[in-house]
Amino acid sequence: MDIFITYLRFAIPDHLIAASGAHAAAVGISVLLSSIIGITLGCFAYRRRRLADISLAVAGTIITIPSFALFALLVPFLGFGWPPTIVALTAYGVLPILRNTITGLQGVDSAVTDSAQGVGLSSRQRLFRIELPLASPVIIAGVRVSTLILLGIAAIAAIVAGPGLGEDIFSGLARLGSATALYLVLSSVMFIVMLAIAFDIAFLLFRKFAISKGIRQ
Amino acid sequence: MITLENLTKTFAGQKEPAVKDLSMEVPEGEIVVLVGPSGCGKTTTMRLVNRLIEPDSGKIYLEGEDVTSVDSDQLRRRIGYVIQQIGLFPHMTIGENIATVPHLVGWDNKKTSDRIDELLNMVGMDPADYRNRYPKELSGGQKQRIGVARAMAADPSVMLMDEPFGAIDPITRSKLQNEFLRLQEDIKKTIIFVTHDIDEAIKMGDRIAILRDYSTIAQYDKPENILLNPADDFVASFIGTGASLKRLNLAKLGDVELVDWPTAKLEAGADEARAVLDRSDKEWVLLLDEQRHPQRWVNGDHLAQGNGALEDSGVPATSTAIMDTTLSSALADMLTSENSTVIVIDSDGAYQGVADLPTITKATKAMRVEAHGGEGHDAIEEHGEDKEDASAGRLKDAEA
Repeated sequence: MDIFITYLRFAIPDHLIAASGAHAAAVGISVLLSSIIGITLGCFAYRRRRLADISLAVAGTIITIPSFALFALLVPFLGFGWPPTIVALTAYGVLPILRNTITGLQGVDSAVTDSAQGVGLSSRQRLFRIELPLASPVIIAGVRVSTLILLGIAAIAAIVAGPGLGEDIFSGLARLGSATALYLVLSSVMFIVMLAIAFDIAFLLFRKFAISKGIRQ
Repeated sequence: MITLENLTKTFAGQKEPAVKDLSMEVPEGEIVVLVGPSGCGKTTTMRLVNRLIEPDSGKIYLEGEDVTSVDSDQLRRRIGYVIQQIGLFPHMTIGENIATVPHLVGWDNKKTSDRIDELLNMVGMDPADYRNRYPKELSGGQKQRIGVARAMAADPSVMLMDEPFGAIDPITRSKLQNEFLRLQEDIKKTIIFVTHDIDEAIKMGDRIAILRDYSTIAQYDKPENILLNPADDFVASFIGTGASLKRLNLAKLGDVELVDWPTAKLEAGADEARAVLDRSDKEWVLLLDEQRHPQRWVNGDHLAQGNGALEDSGVPATSTAIMDTTLSSALADMLTSENSTVIVIDSDGAYQGVADLPTITKATKAMRVEAHGGEGHDAIEEHGEDKEDASAGRLKDAEA
């Protein structure tokens, strides 16, 4: 244990913090892109049964591809580093957001949408002023799940020389048995967990700001 | 004015039409109630008017303008819309809910804000208190008031109301109905009101359209004519028994002669009250405060027991009604009040008179005479013994 703390003292300042920043950035950018894709697709699909079924099936299929394989498969097209990392993470992040967007929009009380239509809101106005705000708690929950999943998967990006904390985990696992190998793995995992907690706190704050007081529990 | 011309609607995948060749006219400033059994197409008919459901054929005219193919969103902004489930927007404050249509039609903020205050006052809710609350903080009755206020926000001349008071407890419902009728006297909207409850139809409607399958009109007339002279067996059975009690819903306290009851000033003291009581032939005297608001009922016994202070003697005068109260609800109040009376007050709460059981009896007698003299008598005989109500039965006995 003492050695681990000593290790952290030396490793944290430069290397681990830079890797954590890159990890968070990769996940943040990917979640943002997943949200744009998932929410937009969800808005088109929630009243169209076929489109909803097809898009959910596609997003579901992507998530079943082993992450190791997906990262590797992208290399011939996108090379190494950030591009395949962002594309793969974005692809993985879509399903929870799309699923929750569709569920959230379909779950809006029909009396509310009926009266919105009845007083003369067009279908676009209903979507933006009524349905999306009311579905926002469910959609935000989907984004949160995506974020947590991607924080874990992002570690795999190291196999395509992607950014983040994965590199230390892989090199540690490759050198298991050597003096600092285990600490290398442990410290990276610990920082991923800390990132997850930080993102979660950010979501809590965001919920307060983004969800109307009228529909908060 | 709303004119419907040969409207027909068949839903996809159904053989029978929901609405078949319906034509009707809703006169300016009147409440027309569509009433009928479940599944008769009354809600569909109402939703055809603001084209939430598009008709297969036929025409809809609003104030003479053919609106069958104008932009439906624009059309709906001109028509108030209230539904049973209310459908307030839960993420918006009460003020924002009411402001929905004014914003859509481009009112400026000042005008909208003034209108919100005006409407909240109109439905009896303090703007300072309620404007910034959320729907979840309101009771069912308050939500429905806001639903009505939202529908009236941009001052539409036409309103559609689908069982607006259907999901509310009976006491609040009756209160909201009365409030709305009072409001309607000022605002004079042209209203289509849907209900399955014939009693509500009689109470609310200037005219009633009784609908049967495919939304065909079985009878379209003023409530009193429908009660006195149902067009056929379907209408008669839909009205049900007790038509004479239902007719009490049509007369208001303002239509009958009130009794001038002995009153005394609360501050004048027990001696004055006793003197008033001695001069009259009644057993109770009504005590009024300085603004002539009814305070307490006292009788001879109370005055004998009392120690001169009247504030706590007798019983509180809680059974009050206004000129617009129907005889039916006045009767209900009478039956539960201590001395079988209802005190009639004006809008400021000041004493106007008293209605008692003889008041009601006199009024029903007058109605019976009217029925006997008019077409109503024939109608009663046509529809056979089983459908007669109590008063009709008595009428025949008297003839025999």
